[in-house]
Parts: sequence; C-alpha cells; structure tokens
Amino acid sequence: MSHWRGWALALLLGLSPLMAQELDPATEQRYQKMLAELRCVVCQNQTIAESNAPLAQDLREQVRKQIAAGRSDAEIRQYLVERYSDFVLYRPPLRPRTLLLWFGPALLLLLGLALAIRFSRASRKPVTVPAADDEALRRLLDKHS
Amino acid sequence: MSALRYAVPGLLLLALVILLAFGLRRGDPSEIPSPLVGKPMPAFALPRLQDGAMVSAEQLVGQPRLINFWASWCTGCQVEHPLLMQLARVHGVEIVGMDYKDTPDAATAWLARHGNPYQQVLRDDAGTAGLDFGVYGVPETFVVGADGQILHKHVGPLTEEAWVQDIAPLLGAARGPT
Repeated sequence: MSHWRGWALALLLGLSPLMAQELDPATEQRYQKMLAELRCVVCQNQTIAESNAPLAQDLREQVRKQIAAGRSDAEIRQYLVERYSDFVLYRPPLRPRTLLLWFGPALLLLLGLALAIRFSRASRKPVTVPAADDEALRRLLDKHS
Repeated sequence: MSALRYAVPGLLLLALVILLAFGLRRGDPSEIPSPLVGKPMPAFALPRLQDGAMVSAEQLVGQPRLINFWASWCTGCQVEHPLLMQLARVHGVEIVGMDYKDTPDAATAWLARHGNPYQQVLRDDAGTAGLDFGVYGVPETFVVGADGQILHKHVGPLTEEAWVQDIAPLLGAARGPT
C-alpha cells in the first residue's frame, strides 16, 4: 500500500464522524427512539435502526435531516406514512380498520376467561350433587333387607 | 345442552379456519399498499439521461403513462424488460424510465445492450424521487393518468397477467375508447 493511500484512509476515517451532522444527546435519543418504532419496508421484521438495507439507510438519513431541521416526530411520521403507508409504523394508529388488531387479544382473553369459568362450573356440579348421606343410605338398605 | 357443548368449539374452529384462509389468500405480505394511489404524482425535477435536460413532474401530465423505476444493477428489471419492450413497440404504451440509484454510464450501456423501451429516461441518482414515490425495491411501475394522478402501482417485475388484468384496463379507460 502506497503512503498516500494510507493517509487518505486515515483522513477519511477521521472525518467520517464530522460528515454526519452531529445531534446533541437529547435529540440523538429522540432520533434513536424514533428509528426503533419505524419498520424497514424492505426487510419487514426489522426496524430501520437495525436494518442495513440501502432504503433503511436513506430513511435514517431522512429522519436525521428532518429532526435537524426542527420538524416534530408527528410531522416526520406523517412524511413517511404519506409515502409508505401505515406499514412503516410499528405502532399502528387506532382506526376502524385496526380495531381488531388493538382489541382482538383482549377480546380473546375475555372469551377464554368466560369459557374457563363456564366449564369449571359445569365440571364442579356432578361432584357436589351425589353427596349422599351415609346414615340415610344404611337405614334405607336395612329397611329393605 | 350437550349439542351446544360440541357446537361451540366447532364454531370457534370454523371461525379460525375462515380467518386463516383469508390471511392465506391475501397474497404476498411483502407487498405494501401504496398510499399514493388516487393522488397526484409527487413533484420532482430530474435530469434526462440522454441529454441532461431537466424534466419535471408537470411535464409528464397530459397523457396516460407508465412510470417505471428500474436500474442497471437490478435483476428483476431484466426479467420484466422483454414485456416493457413489447408494450412500447406493439401496444404503443408511453413508458418513462426512472433510473434509480444508478450511474449514467451503466444505464446507457444497459439500454444499448438490452434495448430501450423508454420514451425518456430520467436520472434519479440519489433515489430522492424514489423516496417520494414510496419505492422500496426496483422494479416498481406506476400507472399515471392523463391528469397526472397515480392510478395503480405494481411492485416487482411486471407480468403479462398484471398487464392484462390491472394495467391495460386502466390505460384503456384513461385514454378513452380507441
């Protein structure tokens, strides 16, 4: 490796943190939190914070730029939803279409509880009904023998 | 009473089967419905590959077209390429190519090798227009009406089936009876 290449590499590595706009710690935290709630549309089971897909990199850059430009979280989310639909949000908005998604699990739990109560009551009954009185039974047997 | 005991789990199972059947028939889950359908196409101004002249979205209004995002590095684009050639040559469809995250040299060489189905090719070197169109993987094809509205989006290589079922009727309707 010639000398100038090494120098160029060192220079590049040294400069790279400067090239990305530095965010102050509070904003950086907001940025990271936001990324963790956005879905990478190419590799759908990853957030754009985790994904290395080129599109995820572009979206990270967009979010960073827009935060630096002073846009609010809601505005940035709106920007992404306009292009990639609600799919980009890992926390889907509450709408008539997503009612089942939000409340389905609770509904299933209630249904399960109701069934469990019903069946436990039904299975307890046969145990309690034939509580025979031993004394009366013996008398009955004695009478007929 | 005992009939109900069997009916309830049976009905629950049936409901589950129906739900799962719907889920299976919904098609490819990686296909994202585009929120842009029914809206005017996003604004852009991009240099044309051939001569570098700037072309804006407004200049593409006035005639129904296909806007096809492609790249010389994209293998799916080679798959759909013969169909695009056929659409342009046989059916006279106007196709605008958006050269997504590509270099002019590679794109020009690719078109020289495979043939050029595009009426014009615009350079989206940084993928900014792609971002505004909600492109998440090339190739993607948008059907744009004469008024500049996006009528339909097709994700992935264009197929004969998609052309016949989804796109041709839209273009035909947008053009009026011919």
